[in-house]
Amino acid sequence: MPRLLARVYVTPKRGILDPQGKAVQHSLHALGFGEVDDVRVGKYVELRLRDAALDAGRDRVHAMCERLLANGVIEDFRVELEEERR
Amino acid sequence: MRPAVTAEVADEHGLTREEYAKIEQLLGRAPTFEELGIFAVMWSEHCSYKSSRAYLRQLPTTGPQVLQGPGENAGAVDIGEGLAAVFKIESHNHPSFIEPFQGAATGVGGILRDIFTMGARPIANLNSLRFGSLDHPRTPFLVKGVVAGIGHYGNCIGVPTVGGDVYFDAGYDHNILVNAFTLGIAPADRLFRARAEGPGNPVVYVGARTGRDGIHGASLLASAALDATSGEKRPAVQVGDPFTEKLLLEACLTLMQTDHLVAIQDMGAAGLTSSSLEMAGRGGLGMVLDLGAVPLREEGMTPYEILLSESQERMLLVVKAGHEAAVQEVFARWDLEAAVIGRLTDDGVFRARWHGEEVCALPVAALTGSAPVYRRPAEEPARLEEQQRFDPRDVREPADYTHALITLLESPNLCSREWVYRQYDQLVGGNTVARPGADAAVIRIEGTRRGLALTVDCNSRYCRLDPYLGAVLAVVEAARNLVAVGAQPLAVSDCLNYGNPEKPDVMWEFQQGVHGIRDACVALGTPVISGNVSFYNETEGRNIPPTPTIAMVGLLDDVERHLTPWWKAEGDVVVLFGRTREELGASEYLAAIHGLVRGAPPWIDLEAEKRLHRLCLVAAQERLVRSLHDVGEGGLAVALAECSLGGPGLGAHVDLEQGMRLDALLFGESQSRMLASLRRRHLGRLRDLARREDVPLTVLGEVRGRNLVVGDVIDLPLDPARERWRRALERRLGGERYT
Amino acid sequence: MRWGVVVFPGSNDDARALTVAERILGDEAVALWHKDRDLRGADCVILPGGFSYGDYLRCGAMARFSPIMEAVERHAAAGGLVLGFCNGFQILCEAGLLPGALVRNRSLSFICDLVTVRVETTDTFFTRGCSPGAVLTLPVKHGEGCYVADEATLASLEREHRIVFRYVDAAGRVVPEANPNGALANVAGVCNEGRNVIGLMPHPEHAVERLTGSEDGLRLFQSVQAWIRGGAELQVAPGA
Repeated sequence: MPRLLARVYVTPKRGILDPQGKAVQHSLHALGFGEVDDVRVGKYVELRLRDAALDAGRDRVHAMCERLLANGVIEDFRVELEEERR
Repeated sequence: MRPAVTAEVADEHGLTREEYAKIEQLLGRAPTFEELGIFAVMWSEHCSYKSSRAYLRQLPTTGPQVLQGPGENAGAVDIGEGLAAVFKIESHNHPSFIEPFQGAATGVGGILRDIFTMGARPIANLNSLRFGSLDHPRTPFLVKGVVAGIGHYGNCIGVPTVGGDVYFDAGYDHNILVNAFTLGIAPADRLFRARAEGPGNPVVYVGARTGRDGIHGASLLASAALDATSGEKRPAVQVGDPFTEKLLLEACLTLMQTDHLVAIQDMGAAGLTSSSLEMAGRGGLGMVLDLGAVPLREEGMTPYEILLSESQERMLLVVKAGHEAAVQEVFARWDLEAAVIGRLTDDGVFRARWHGEEVCALPVAALTGSAPVYRRPAEEPARLEEQQRFDPRDVREPADYTHALITLLESPNLCSREWVYRQYDQLVGGNTVARPGADAAVIRIEGTRRGLALTVDCNSRYCRLDPYLGAVLAVVEAARNLVAVGAQPLAVSDCLNYGNPEKPDVMWEFQQGVHGIRDACVALGTPVISGNVSFYNETEGRNIPPTPTIAMVGLLDDVERHLTPWWKAEGDVVVLFGRTREELGASEYLAAIHGLVRGAPPWIDLEAEKRLHRLCLVAAQERLVRSLHDVGEGGLAVALAECSLGGPGLGAHVDLEQGMRLDALLFGESQSRMLASLRRRHLGRLRDLARREDVPLTVLGEVRGRNLVVGDVIDLPLDPARERWRRALERRLGGERYT
Repeated sequence: MRWGVVVFPGSNDDARALTVAERILGDEAVALWHKDRDLRGADCVILPGGFSYGDYLRCGAMARFSPIMEAVERHAAAGGLVLGFCNGFQILCEAGLLPGALVRNRSLSFICDLVTVRVETTDTFFTRGCSPGAVLTLPVKHGEGCYVADEATLASLEREHRIVFRYVDAAGRVVPEANPNGALANVAGVCNEGRNVIGLMPHPEHAVERLTGSEDGLRLFQSVQAWIRGGAELQVAPGA
């Protein structure tokens, strides 16, 4: 079986203050990119799973997110899965 | 395929043709590629001290309190109660200019390892930072990065950062300085050394896996001037992991309580190579390493890369034969790998094997003992005589002295450093008695009544104008700062930051600096027990001002008797010890208000300084005074303001007897002066002591009110001044508060 | 009584907590290794400050899965006393033993300073010996101390008097200038519904000796001692 590559995007929940996002937006404006209305700064995690089928893999990665990779009180997550080409 | 070794390849490695010829002569053949790489780092300026060794021998390094002088990973002094204070200061200048956060962070990591490798638990960090002018566009970025990097590493590993200094000077615009200091405590009879013993004993590698970090950091970055291509050296900057270092620290200290360990050294500059060679060299032994056994984190690494990698958070151990499993168990508890990668031999040869082939067979003594020693030409620069000339009549006195004082209090080198030290954990460990803001940091030695005081000092403007006197004054200032908190100065660790030693005027500055440190340390009885030299702080031909940073440690027998600078109670008498001479040269006032960097640094009489120290220590011991404060940069007016702005924030009303230009009286930087405040009833006894020590004592006034009032020339309301003094740095850095 | 101080890889203030328990409070104290599953008879468990697991991923995110935490959770479920200081507070929130979460300081900088906090409720094992509304000077040293929780959670915390400490100025007022990290409603510490688990960002273990800054934390530890001894009412000194 091929390896699965899971891309996990963890972002601060809407409604939670994101001071980093605010600071980045401020800096972008100062650099002349005034068209930026909103910035949220999160985390990107890459996972390589060996010997996993797509569906089973998706369930497992979701469980990883719920248990460890994202804190449900303050973060949302989104998962993209693909078979890794060697 | 391993590359062939030619003279051009040697050039690329930073070796001179003469050095390469010497290598061939020592080996009796051409070196292998790996061997060439090893010579290049071991003979680099950073590792071999080839341009400085001849002069460093002149420094005083012994004394009854010295347990370990220069030559090991750090120095050690006896502090009583069966304990030793182990400390050293080290530079990480070039990497910090290129990548300030990681450069500063790994600088902290490196010096910490030098301390715990001796068996001492680190209990305090200091750092000495030099940045360019705050008007230079890159400076704020560097300041924020360096301070964040120091905080990141120091806070995470759990060692409090309790003091330091920060200076801004255009001379550092293109070459910042980051000098990191760590002090640890060890049982005096159980200091670990990096001296390989016992042929046949296994060599064990512990800590993080090896990657390609920092290859040739020692030769490329630390031993060469910066230029336009320096940014391309980006891959040479290492990334630190303070979490792994914390595990390593705890595991090593645990191991040191057992009897498994023969010798230990951290892998710092030049990685596996320097630690193996230095340990073997000290023990007069050889070593054989199997590079295939080294834990790696990258694929396809070559033997050259493995030998020269500067991956952080790694230690090299020599362990007693048969104790390998026990050692691995200690590290496994902390989830760290410990791999046996070789053993000691008795043939004095350092051998490295890769897939059964010997890629390296170097006589250890040739490497560690035959490094070149250079006595480079030294010549006093012509500019100095002119720059030292200063006629005060060329300078107009300020019309408004209160305004001048505020300007000074907001100036980059005199304003509060709270923005900096608020980002450091100053408290972890629970023994911080005097936090940043006092003349020196004070740490209680746990389990005893004693304390240690720590400071780091150097006025680079003094050093630029007179490299000898500036160095003397750096030592004197440090000692006076320790005395101001009630501590007896014990010993020094020096970090000598200079420009390109191949330039005769820089070499002259260095020579003068060493002489100055020597003379002051001999006079004050503070030997230099460890230190570091950083050369090649030069960019596109411009060298930094000479910066011999002096870290000094002092001892308090009773830490409860420590003192802080601030006035303590209304009605206390304010006195000045020492005499103010009419001298404005090299002062902060001249630079900040008049834009002038000229004149000679202030006069110093070392005997008078010693008498002042004796007086202050007795006064502290007898609890005669409630505060002491060194009068330094900015002069008397600034010192008075500092006593009022900090702590309880009490004002004072003082009168000064004139007899000289008012600005010289208020802002001149005459040495050997100390401000004190005390209960009136102790004044008689204090006068007697001062007379006995032949230290001038002048009553200036008393602690009173909410303003600093000096005669009829200064009336400074403290509350608004405090806000401006506290916020000045943050404002200049372009910081905003988000609350 | 016996204090148990958990030691995670990366804990830094564990040694201090143990020293305080033994030398200053005169009690028994044991270090509880993160890989063990036994609380060794501890009456009160402390999760200390530091950077467990380097604060990687999120502060406390990995420490909460340590084997010792199962024992801590059982102890808490049975009404046993648990204190979390700084990183300990972060771990308790990640473990779900306390509501809400701690995120990055609003200023984005680490801050080490003395702050003043007000005791919001004396109806806990930690604050029993304080007078209501007492203002304490305690140090903070953290980069991620900003307490956040959703509206419903905050409402229940307020309603049930489960906010234990709030940042205030020297005069006792809840104002933004007194808030070192941007925490919601100036919250410095909270307790669970059973009032036996408390987490706070300030470090009371660094405020038990005048020599090292403040003694205001001593009364908090003494409250625990009195509680364990059997609830004998502590004498409350005026202005405490």
